[in-house]
Amino acid sequence: MMKTKALKTAFPYTIPIMTSFLVLGLAYGIYMNASGFSFVYPMVTAAVIFGGSLEFVTGKMLLSPFSPVQTLVVALMIQIRHLFYGISMLDRYKDVGRKKSFLIFGMCDETFSINYTADIPEDVDKGWFYFFVTLLNYLYWVAGATLGGIIGDHLPFDTTGIDFVMTAMFTVIFMEQLRKEKKPDTGLIGLGCAALCLMLFGADHFMIPTMIAILAVLTFFKKPIERRNAYQ
Amino acid sequence: MNLTQQIITIALCAAATMFTRFFPFMVFSSDKPAPRFVQYLGKALPCAIFGMLVIYCLKDVSLLKGSHGIPEGLGILATVITHRLKGNMLLSILCGTVCYMIVLHLFA
Repeated sequence: MMKTKALKTAFPYTIPIMTSFLVLGLAYGIYMNASGFSFVYPMVTAAVIFGGSLEFVTGKMLLSPFSPVQTLVVALMIQIRHLFYGISMLDRYKDVGRKKSFLIFGMCDETFSINYTADIPEDVDKGWFYFFVTLLNYLYWVAGATLGGIIGDHLPFDTTGIDFVMTAMFTVIFMEQLRKEKKPDTGLIGLGCAALCLMLFGADHFMIPTMIAILAVLTFFKKPIERRNAYQ
Repeated sequence: MNLTQQIITIALCAAATMFTRFFPFMVFSSDKPAPRFVQYLGKALPCAIFGMLVIYCLKDVSLLKGSHGIPEGLGILATVITHRLKGNMLLSILCGTVCYMIVLHLFA
């Protein structure tokens, strides 16, 4: 009874995520398929990583020479934002019992946004609400990715260029992030450091220098960036 | 990359992700705030990271050879314009990708 009610409350919140995860998941599966991987790859990466942006990058990594250190560093840098989701959810996820590990495991950007902002009615169990939001979003994504990997080249049209969905996705996320900032400083630092390092070090070796450069510039200009963006 | 290397690569990505998700719950208690510098990075890093990822996606584009980055440029332009006009993430991604695919076919 308690669970049914939580599920019924949680589901409507996840409808926009369902649309986007099925479409993006599908695109990810097709992208992996077009890169020469069987559906097992998008299914497994979706299930064990469950982080859209990194999964696309993982696809690209799997096609590049084996480089465990760079893989780990890049993955950490892409996912580092989760640290701050965790910090924000410390209180909310405090008394949810055994579900806690799963809630943290499945805390992607979208799940975090819903569970952080949703107004959960008094008579609905918060723990189960969090649980169903997390579970539904997880299932949408894994289902989309697997399906995309299976239908892949059986689509009735040419999928050449579908990998651009990743570039478009990051462009949009980047625009959204820029819009939230008062000044474009940090966005330009990211773009500039990456572009400069790409020219200096070439396509295969520019990511680690880029990340070091970003951290260095952000640290060096901490005071003015904090002031201009009115961080607390 | 052989299968073992692929498994290691995927496992490292999963481990890094889980580390970033679980770490705060292992380190910070709910009544003790995170260090100031960590809080600063939490605000300043995301935007820089996504800027970096846009460049990462474009790393193999050559301005001097092939289609000179024109499909990529137009694809991004379509994405940005759609997003400016409609502000709908899915629509922007769709328009940008379709535009890119069409231009790519014209060059092929």
